[in-house]
Amino acid sequence: AVMDLFGDLRRMNKRQLYYQVLNFAMIVSSALMIWKGLIVITGSESPIVVVLSGSMEPAFHRGDLLFLTNFHDDPIRAGEIVVFKVEGRDIPIVHRVIKIHEKENGNIKFLTKGDNNEVDDRGLYKEGQNWLEKKDVVGRARGFLPYVGMVTIIMNDYPKFKYALLAVMGAYVLLKRES
Amino acid sequence: LRKNVEDFTGPRERSDLGFVTFDITADILNGERGFIFDWNVKQLFLYLSAEYSTKNNALNQVVLWDKIMLRGENPRLFLKDMKSKYFFFDDGNGLKGNRNVTLTLSWNVVPNAGILPLVTGSGHVSVPFPDTYETTKSY
Repeated sequence: AVMDLFGDLRRMNKRQLYYQVLNFAMIVSSALMIWKGLIVITGSESPIVVVLSGSMEPAFHRGDLLFLTNFHDDPIRAGEIVVFKVEGRDIPIVHRVIKIHEKENGNIKFLTKGDNNEVDDRGLYKEGQNWLEKKDVVGRARGFLPYVGMVTIIMNDYPKFKYALLAVMGAYVLLKRES
Repeated sequence: LRKNVEDFTGPRERSDLGFVTFDITADILNGERGFIFDWNVKQLFLYLSAEYSTKNNALNQVVLWDKIMLRGENPRLFLKDMKSKYFFFDDGNGLKGNRNVTLTLSWNVVPNAGILPLVTGSGHVSVPFPDTYETTKSY
C-alpha cells in the first residue's frame, strides 16, 4: 500500500498538487474562522481553555476543557469560576471568586481562590497587587468537558508528539485523493 | 461580634473585621425535580456568602464558608455553631453599625460534563452588626 502511495505521488501532475494544497488551505481557514467566530460570540479572547493544575479539584482536573464567556455586562459575583491572567503573565488561571467590592459606577475589585488551595490567590498576583479587576478576566466558566484537553497538555510536554501528529495530518491531507 | 484589626493584605488603613457564628439547616433540592444528585451531577460546591452595602462600595460580597459535597453524600445539612472559614474583612469600615448584612447559601453544580450553573438557595438571614467594636472577646 505504501508503494501505491508513492506511485500516486509521481503520477500526480502540478495541477493536482495545487488542488490538494488549496484544499488544505481551505480546511485551515475554515478552522480559523470558526475559532474567530467563537471569540466574537463569547466575548472572550480565549473561549476554550485547558485546566493546567489541580487547584480546583475535585471539580476540575488537569486536562479538562472549559468553555468561557466574557460578556461585558455580566456582573462578577462571589462563587463564580473565572479564568484570569495576572498582568505580565501568559498563563490563564482558573479559580473561584470569593470576595467582591463593587462601587456604584460598576468599578469592581475581587479576590480569587482555588477550591483545592489552602490560601487565597494574593500570592499569585503581581507584587503589591491585592485585587483583580475586570480587565484581568479572560472569561467566566460556563461549561466543561472532562479529559478532552489532555491532548494539548501532551503536545506541550512532548513536542516530538506534536511534530509527529502534524506530519501525519499533513501527509494525510496532501495524499488524500478525492474520488 | 467585631474587632478592629489591621488588614495585612489590604490597604494601609485599618479595615473592619467581622466574626460570625452560624447554624445551617438546609435541604438541597433541584427545583421541581427533587433530588439534586442526578446522573450528571459530580459534586456541589456550597458556599455561604455575606452581601452588604457600605459607604465605600455599593455592593460587597464575601464568602465566609464553603464545602464540597460529593455525589453520594446526604444533601441535607444540619450544621450548628459553625465559625466562618475565611476572614470577613471589609474594604474600609463599613461593617460597624451595618444593619443590612445578608447571609445566603448558594451552590455551584459541577456536572460530569456540561453546563456549570450557580444556584442561590431560597431563604436568607440578615445579620445586623453592632455599633461598637468588640475588644475583649476572642474568637
